[in-house]
Amino acid sequence: MNPFSYTRAVDPQQATSVIGSNASAKILAGGTNLIDLMKMGVERPTQLVDINRLPLTQIEELPNGGGVRIGGLARNSDVAEHPLIVQRYPVLSQALLAGASPQLRNLATTGGNLLQRTRCYYFYDPAFPQCNKRQPGSGCGALNGFNRIHAILGQSEQCIATNPSDMNVALAALDAVVQVQGAKGARSIPIGDFHRLPGDTPNIDTNLQADELITAVDLPAIPFATRSHYLKIRDRASYAFALVSVAAVLDLQNGKINGARIALGGVAHKPWRAQKAEAALQGQTADEKTFRAAAEAELAAAKGYKHNSFKIELAKRAIVRALSTAAAMA
Amino acid sequence: MPVRLKINGKDISADVDTRTTLLDLLRERLQLTGSKKGCDHGQCGACTVLVNGRRINSCLSLAVVHDGEEITTIEGLANGEQLHPMQAAFVEHDGFQCGYCTPGQICSAVACVKEGHAKSDDEIREWMSGNLCRCGAYPNIVDAIKDAVAKNA
Repeated sequence: MNPFSYTRAVDPQQATSVIGSNASAKILAGGTNLIDLMKMGVERPTQLVDINRLPLTQIEELPNGGGVRIGGLARNSDVAEHPLIVQRYPVLSQALLAGASPQLRNLATTGGNLLQRTRCYYFYDPAFPQCNKRQPGSGCGALNGFNRIHAILGQSEQCIATNPSDMNVALAALDAVVQVQGAKGARSIPIGDFHRLPGDTPNIDTNLQADELITAVDLPAIPFATRSHYLKIRDRASYAFALVSVAAVLDLQNGKINGARIALGGVAHKPWRAQKAEAALQGQTADEKTFRAAAEAELAAAKGYKHNSFKIELAKRAIVRALSTAAAMA
Repeated sequence: MPVRLKINGKDISADVDTRTTLLDLLRERLQLTGSKKGCDHGQCGACTVLVNGRRINSCLSLAVVHDGEEITTIEGLANGEQLHPMQAAFVEHDGFQCGYCTPGQICSAVACVKEGHAKSDDEIREWMSGNLCRCGAYPNIVDAIKDAVAKNA
């Protein structure tokens, strides 16, 4: 690990002013991804700004029935088991509990999880010379390499990495809004605009600016989100990243689909909101035939590589199963 | 950089390089070598300790972050010569073979029970999934935890 100086932030303004003035400074929250990447030599900050003591851990109702606000420092374990989340947004609780291990969830924060970096082997290990995300212009080792865990939707010739988070997938389905504070003030970023597709700049994961700190994530009030399900498919029963995952939220009325929100994990550089599938479900009868047609519509544009083509059919079946599970909920 | 911690009930002061993980502080500076370095990347759980009562991977956490906090390691669980009930249950049920993962397993298990996540075999397996055992002592580890729950550990 390279040497770095350590600053304990006393308030969010100080934290944003440090990262705004030192391009090689990084915010330190739970550290479960950052410290690991520093050990690997992928991240090499010269200064860490520890925000763990800032009062950003709240999980509370927004006024006037406006939903729920989750502080940027709320730990994944605390969010997953909070009654407001368990009761109103079960898909988020399930997604969080499907991720990592209890020990990691006790450290990992909401803001940190949003900024989790890809687990692409070629990115994570600097022994591989090619990675446009780690070293722009060096090429993509995964494109013609071992690409079993890689993207099938929205990828580019420069990068086929996936976003590894489960939480982000649920947040995408729930239309979450990321609240950030920068040197010039605060702004809100809809979750769909927070993460980026790789395009020609896969080195930039998100639209968060260099001086911005995630202070909270807001979940809008969605009464039908009680009918929601997170399905994660992976190589072992627990403690593994998703090959494919699905966050499904269904608004059912008398067996007809009044609205659906679906997001996919493990298939793209960002949590993939399945808008084509959602459109195909609108107004239809909630049955397996409808679900399969919606899945086909979403995956029509999918492109597989040597080792990950299985993900296309897997994603379709996962969508059908997640929707069927949500539809069967009482 | 100075750091002050309460480790196993004892106040400790140390001057550490900012890069020092909590695990390295425990093992290399304080000779508390019970917590083990398995993968050093948060994937195996051998380094599990309790910070303010919550289990974490001490290999992925910097010592300076924990200034002023209370740390409990495997060395701090027993009451003098009397084993913690979870330690006794692991011995009774042979919840290990080589023993390398055991300190992490036991710290994790103590927290798992306290969290209320040890109500069935399946729940124990899921909530202990952050602790790998390459000897494959899992069935006996589950038995030990169940027994400790039954005996109110």
